[in-house]
Amino acid sequence: MLLSLAIWVPIVAGLAVLAVGGDERAPLQRQLALIGAVVGFVVTIPLYTQFQPANAGMQFEQLVQWIPRFGINYHLGVDGISVLFILLNSFITILVVIAGWTVVESRVGQYYASFLVLSGLLNGVFAALDAVLFYVFFEATLIPMFIIIGVWGGPNRVYAAVKFFLYTLFGSLLMLVALLYLYGRSGSFAILDWHQLPLTLSEQKWLFFGLLFAFAVKVPMWPVHTWLPDAHTEAPTGGSVVLAAILLKLGAYGFIRFTLPILPDASRELAWLMIAASLIAVVYIGFVALVQADMKRLIAYSSISHMGFVTLGFFVFNAYGVEGALVQMISHGFVSAAMFFCVGVVYDRMHTRMIADYGGVVNTMPKFAALMMLFSMANSGLPGTSGFVGEFMVIMGAMQASFWLAFLAATTLVLGAAYTLWMYKRVIFGAVANAQVSSLKDLNSNEVIVLGALAVAVLAMGIYPLPFTEVMHASVDELLRHVALTKI
Amino acid sequence: MNWTLIVDHLPALPEMVLLAGASALMIVDARSKDPQRRATYIGAQLVLAACLLATGFVLWGSGAEGERRFVLFDGLFVADLMGHVLKLVCYAAVSTALVYSRRYLLERGLMRGEFVTLLLFSLLGMMVMISANSLLTVYLGLELMSLCLYAMVALDRDSPLATEAAMKYFVLGALASGLLLYGMSMIYGATGALNLNDIALRLAVMAGNASDRHFLAFGVVFVVAGIAFKLGVAPFHMWIPDVYHGAPTPVTLVVGSGPKLAAFAMAVRLLVNGLLPLAQDWQLMLALLAVLSMAIGNITAIAQTNIKRMLAYSAIANMGFLLLGLLSGVVGGNLRSAPDAYSTALFYAITYAIMSVGAFGMVLLLSRAGFEADKLEDFRGLNRRSPWYAFLMMLLMLSLAGLPPTVGFYAKLAVLQSAVAAGQVWLAVAAVVLSLIGAFYYLRVVKLMYFDEMSDSQVAALPETGMDVRVLLSLNGLAILFFGLFPYPLLNLCLKAIEAL
Repeated sequence: MLLSLAIWVPIVAGLAVLAVGGDERAPLQRQLALIGAVVGFVVTIPLYTQFQPANAGMQFEQLVQWIPRFGINYHLGVDGISVLFILLNSFITILVVIAGWTVVESRVGQYYASFLVLSGLLNGVFAALDAVLFYVFFEATLIPMFIIIGVWGGPNRVYAAVKFFLYTLFGSLLMLVALLYLYGRSGSFAILDWHQLPLTLSEQKWLFFGLLFAFAVKVPMWPVHTWLPDAHTEAPTGGSVVLAAILLKLGAYGFIRFTLPILPDASRELAWLMIAASLIAVVYIGFVALVQADMKRLIAYSSISHMGFVTLGFFVFNAYGVEGALVQMISHGFVSAAMFFCVGVVYDRMHTRMIADYGGVVNTMPKFAALMMLFSMANSGLPGTSGFVGEFMVIMGAMQASFWLAFLAATTLVLGAAYTLWMYKRVIFGAVANAQVSSLKDLNSNEVIVLGALAVAVLAMGIYPLPFTEVMHASVDELLRHVALTKI
Repeated sequence: MNWTLIVDHLPALPEMVLLAGASALMIVDARSKDPQRRATYIGAQLVLAACLLATGFVLWGSGAEGERRFVLFDGLFVADLMGHVLKLVCYAAVSTALVYSRRYLLERGLMRGEFVTLLLFSLLGMMVMISANSLLTVYLGLELMSLCLYAMVALDRDSPLATEAAMKYFVLGALASGLLLYGMSMIYGATGALNLNDIALRLAVMAGNASDRHFLAFGVVFVVAGIAFKLGVAPFHMWIPDVYHGAPTPVTLVVGSGPKLAAFAMAVRLLVNGLLPLAQDWQLMLALLAVLSMAIGNITAIAQTNIKRMLAYSAIANMGFLLLGLLSGVVGGNLRSAPDAYSTALFYAITYAIMSVGAFGMVLLLSRAGFEADKLEDFRGLNRRSPWYAFLMMLLMLSLAGLPPTVGFYAKLAVLQSAVAAGQVWLAVAAVVLSLIGAFYYLRVVKLMYFDEMSDSQVAALPETGMDVRVLLSLNGLAILFFGLFPYPLLNLCLKAIEAL
């Protein structure tokens, strides 16, 4: 029931916001959206407090027959891997609602409704234990995001929205065929049944590539990442935040829920491919980030590079790697969200994202400069921030696999620091660049709430990560046990 | 009075009611001087309601699960669950068509008795096709339906576009009927039977007789070509874009819904009821037709600027998708998965009819006197003008593209599942890749409605529309969502209908 609430409370709230009416009732719509987001978060809290960390199986399960004809069920449940993402998603949704409070002025109801519906659908993806249910949620998230980018986005929004949509749809359609094949083999759409399904190596390889497209596009992995910089740059601030913090995690989550346990032999066989693509993402995309002139584009490339770390962690097949990758996913959820909020703060005042248009912002916005400093440090993986924990664990995991892997992966600590801090320096420090910068106003109360909440999360996770990692131990061990078993 | 004679023929009651009603309406209309033809319009709706009751009555008499199958008129006519279901959808489509198109026709002075009576007689043709159990009845129903439709396309006599479309439709349709008839005559020649059940029995006995086999294969080719013409799948699709574009929008709406269901029923009756022993021959042909249709339909639709033409190509692509269900029934001579596969195709046909009616209903909603609203551009900024209709149109487009949580997704999922289950994985991959291409043009409509602002030449206010249209169109759009969230009852009904064949 709790999981159903986590899914349907935001969606119903979103529809209620829509039903209120047009822009003339915007204040009411904002309040309603905030109430919906907060209630949506509150109902997810018991998922954490009542979670039994020692139990590796699914918890809070709910099973209702949906389409008996094909054995499709409304089957929900979370384990240590997925529960944290539901909390993260519901938390970020509140921040997005607050951040849009004064900024969004046209079609307010549709804006908030899109985000609330998206939030519910994303919870559904993480909670679904039935492949068709998963697919329905996975695919349905495209629609609100398409509208968010296309309606409230920047000048090139239509191109970005269509590119985002078609790229993702291409991947997920191939996944659909793979899922149907698995159904044909097992006679069931239950993901957990598929974990036990014997498959030959060649079958596994075909299925691996079928699923790979869907998940690799979402992560996004090199070389199918090119939609992300466009989507991020053109999306409104809230859209970029949700995209980076949650939507990118769907791909990684797909790897860990489908690819690794269902296709263990193919995963081991093709691990070299995944590791190579991950390292290219880490190193090459890191360099690409270095030369960006647009702040949002830079953070977008930094996201791709960080997600490369996640896929690397999965495919070294040890506890450090997988747990590190999961921690990195959550940390990236906080940090990338914070970075995009920071860009949003200055963009709302200056209406430019170009680094060259800024300089000396610290003189007029000291509070902002301090908070952004923290997030920049977290983005480059400074110890004491959440960014360090995940990266360190993944590098440890990679070290167990091979020294050179770890060596290449560790270059991110240099590159990440270089592109993030260099951008920070050019935007925040130096002489005041122009008259616009000199008339900037520091953070307002809404922005302080949003960035402050994220700062607390980033520091807490960096200093004391145990509450996050202890939840996932048992489930990760169970997963690795599955991956080690052959299915042939 | 011979009561048993009457009771025996009761399963054909809906057809009789419609025939009597339509004939009576003709007389009523001839005496009516009302330029709005209120009496004719209301009479037609009443006749449809009576048909609904009649079909309900027949259903009530055919067992708890509708499993009883009535064969009448010496085996010419069959009344079974699939027929009842398809007829009910056809009534709904025709009745909805009347509601949606009334304002359009009045504004253009086209609300004449001919439209209503031709519509009802074409419905009668569809019902005869749906209930046909013999080659002769199939042909009879097909011609009745087609002749009415040809005339309806030319309803607007002063429009050169409509006249041209009617001419093309007539010539190509006559050619298709000829092909079908030629194929039927070969099958009759080889089997010596007209009744579809007899044909199936004789074919099963004849299996392996080489000289007859060639003869039969020719017959099957022509029959499949005829069916393909009527369904409008490539390479027999040439009439579709011109007819959809040229015909007055209400007629396009009619052509795009009921006749597709009737053509689907014809395919099931001829291929499954009659020619099932030759499944390996026609399945391969259908596979080729399916891939071609999906490719031509989806790729050509991208280049269209007229929404009626775009929906025409979308129809071609969707009918290709529907064939995926029809061609996966028999796997290596094994019939075990046949009911599953055919029921997915039936589900696809019904959901497509709902979507098609809704999409053309939207076009009709936006049209006004002297303005057709058939350009894609006319949908620009619809979200500003009316968020509700923009939302409904978005649902319709996403459903045609096959995205969850709309019913179009389950339709595609179901036929893809039957294709994969039949071992046609490559066909399924081709289908999803081509439907990805298709997603682009549906998205463009969403883009125009939501992302673009209105152009200066557009009138901001929507045309004045009656409450009946608004309610029905909303229900039509919401049905897409409702069946998307709860597809099971309809899916199950389709399975039962096919199992009762």
